[in-house]
Amino acid sequence: MAQRTLQQKLAILSDAAKYDASCASSGTTRRDSRSGGLGSTEGMGICHAYTPDGRCISLLKILLTNFCIYDCAYCINRVSSNVERARFTPEEVVTLTLEFYRRNMIEGLFLSSGIIRSPDETMSQMVRIARTLRVDHGFKGYIHLKTIPDASPALVAEAGLYADRLSVNIELPQDASIRELAPEKRPETIRAAMADVRLAREAAKEQTHTGKRPPRFAPAGQSTQMIIGADGATDRDILRTSANLYSGYDLKRVYYSAFSPIPDASAALPLIKPPLMREHRLYQADWLMRFYGFEADEIGAAHPSGFLDLAIDPKLSWALANRAQFPVDVATATKEMLLRVPGFGTKTVTRILAARRNGPVRYADLLRMGAVMSKAQPFVTLPDWHPGGLTDSASLRARFAPKPQQLQLL
Amino acid sequence: MIRVDLPRFGRFAAWRDAARQLATNRVDAASVTWADEDTPAGLFGADPLPPPGPHPVAATKDFLALAQTVASHSDPERWALLYAALIRLQDDRGFIANPADPLTDRLSRMAKSVRRDIHKMHAFVRFHELPGDNPRRSFGAWFEPEHPILEAAAPFFAKRFADMDWLIATPEGIARFDGAITYAPPAPRPDFPTDSSHTLWHTYFANIFNPARIKTNAMRSEMPRKYWKNLPETALIPEMLADAPRRVQAMREAGASEAPAFAARVTARIRQIPDDTPPETLEAAREQAGRCTRCDLCHAATQTVWGEGDPTAPLMIVGEAPGDHEDLQGRPFVGPAGQLLRQAMDQAGLDPAQAWMTNAVKHFKFTPRGKRRIHQNPAAGEIRQCKWWLDIERRMIAPRLTLALGATAAFALTGNRAPLTPRRGTVETALDGGPVLITWHPSLILRLDPGAAATARGQFAADLSQAARLMAA
Repeated sequence: MAQRTLQQKLAILSDAAKYDASCASSGTTRRDSRSGGLGSTEGMGICHAYTPDGRCISLLKILLTNFCIYDCAYCINRVSSNVERARFTPEEVVTLTLEFYRRNMIEGLFLSSGIIRSPDETMSQMVRIARTLRVDHGFKGYIHLKTIPDASPALVAEAGLYADRLSVNIELPQDASIRELAPEKRPETIRAAMADVRLAREAAKEQTHTGKRPPRFAPAGQSTQMIIGADGATDRDILRTSANLYSGYDLKRVYYSAFSPIPDASAALPLIKPPLMREHRLYQADWLMRFYGFEADEIGAAHPSGFLDLAIDPKLSWALANRAQFPVDVATATKEMLLRVPGFGTKTVTRILAARRNGPVRYADLLRMGAVMSKAQPFVTLPDWHPGGLTDSASLRARFAPKPQQLQLL
Repeated sequence: MIRVDLPRFGRFAAWRDAARQLATNRVDAASVTWADEDTPAGLFGADPLPPPGPHPVAATKDFLALAQTVASHSDPERWALLYAALIRLQDDRGFIANPADPLTDRLSRMAKSVRRDIHKMHAFVRFHELPGDNPRRSFGAWFEPEHPILEAAAPFFAKRFADMDWLIATPEGIARFDGAITYAPPAPRPDFPTDSSHTLWHTYFANIFNPARIKTNAMRSEMPRKYWKNLPETALIPEMLADAPRRVQAMREAGASEAPAFAARVTARIRQIPDDTPPETLEAAREQAGRCTRCDLCHAATQTVWGEGDPTAPLMIVGEAPGDHEDLQGRPFVGPAGQLLRQAMDQAGLDPAQAWMTNAVKHFKFTPRGKRRIHQNPAAGEIRQCKWWLDIERRMIAPRLTLALGATAAFALTGNRAPLTPRRGTVETALDGGPVLITWHPSLILRLDPGAAATARGQFAADLSQAARLMAA
């Protein structure tokens, strides 16, 4: 086989990495290069570009290699796939990261890898790349390493010293699907790896008896990803799994990735059109759990099928199923209840709380403060607005759902 | 009409000085013209700035931060608006904190637009490497922001790229960095030499794109077209979009593929065939329990928490189920209740290393609440399913005495669900025959109020001492 050029390898190994949704570069420690080295991080991440699939490019997201000994049916890089294979040298990954970074194209590196030879061998190469960037090049940008669940704890401990974020993919929302579609992976091993990361992060925050702080461990925390639509899990199942993961492992994010057709598909999984709207609704539901005080089952129970309504957002859907709690009086409602009003975001609610200390809040004020009043109308009362019978009207859902398309006569 | 001329760079500081002086005279906002290098001379009268007047002037930190951001807006009215706000602030401190106030709202929107533009400039500037024999590498970029934000946006690049020289040219002016930033008036757009890393970047941009998911609205809302002129990679977008349907169609038509011959050999080598024959050793039992799906608790819990200690021990201690800490660490009795147990054992002269410590149910049961997991008692069905493992453990350890901590353990061991209070401190017979001493679960002691906890703690200590006596007998 002829030696591949760097450009050819980059094409293969970025193509192989694109099914991982995460690209976040936020929430790590603040640091910069004024005292040496290259790079900086602020609280907020930066998306340097967007591709037409709507996903941002914040990090150089590549695989070290797409050779893999595992056979996960949903993955383009599984051992049974005929996809073209390539492998970067650690030095090539370091050079690409630094040169893209210097041109302000990326915030840093998100490195993942197929499993070659053994989990430990693969993980140690990834750690070596992170160490080279940090120690030899004084790189202060963002590093996200995908940890391999079966890798030895010592390697994961070292990875946490160099990486801002570690992640282990839960892969699928139900244990049974993992056992079936990813036969080399074990759900309990994946969860135990997440537990290890949480415990290591907590240990790094505790002062030792000498009063010295231990070195920071993955300061931007951990995240995970699950594929949506490759198994029979309902949205309620998915949200329950997410709630369990958030509560157990102090995850920053659960990413949902609509199962997307891959070249060279496995016979075990049908090629489908990726359920992008379902993915979108799950992200909205996830936000409701993390920032709006909703429980997974409240959102999941809004529809008896256990699936989220694709036509309207999950908050509106919950409000329509719980109309007895509305309309709420904006002047007196608690923050918790204001957060449950469709059309009010967290920022709007903060503004309402500030504004109502200064006097009555009227319809036009809410509009100015960013409330989506077309959605909020049936659910609020204001000094100059009362929904009347609208809150309980039978046709309320139809007001919000997209109009059905009229059939065209030939 | 008073005319205030603001310089090209350092405008906000100049505005602030002039505005403070005007405000000491409470000059009306309508009587001031704020001019820059493009404002024709003499058009609106040119009275000079009056000398400092008698009125005190104060501004809150929040207002100054807002004003500094709004100062980078392209709206020529911004200086007048800010001055009007400063005057109003002198009598009405509160208005700037009220999001419902129209002036606050307008200034906030302007500030938001500026912050977004700055953020996008930080994101979308693309440096090209410039030739030179300087030991420091040198880079240049051209960028067209929406607002005059060069001075506000440049410090970010100084912090990020401190080890290289760079310049960013914009229609508003040029920022140069060689260890410190200097600003210069605008010059025509420079031509940068081709840079091979940009070719690689285009390769990356085209290949990280998934043709099966087209969401151009999401792309355009975050990367608005007005910035595309700054981003060479956006030239690839039309072709990527045009080619996407063909690529998806090709995937569909190709369908499932035939696996290469070596694949089965590779997976056969690494795939472990689970051994589900009844375990002969404690280690085999532990391995099988690690994959247990006899009840549904395994889906939410992290892992099976198997017993620990001396497998030849004459004493077996059975708790209810692992808690949060035990679940994360995969080891029994490592949380607060476990610590209490170990302390009490120590005082009673029982060595934890010379006992087998386990739980009636081997998976953690909980309800998620945000970032916490709330402990739940296992149900009778879960206890019954998990008794399979407890029985195996008991057969292999064959303890002389078993200590049951709490109602769940007592039920699992004796089959008796009667209330615990009258049974505590007594010895019952296990379903498989051996003696079972019944006591509180240490987590109960942690939950009780101080008075009741002290009593329960005393009873717990007495029961452990009784266990020690029974063991010695």
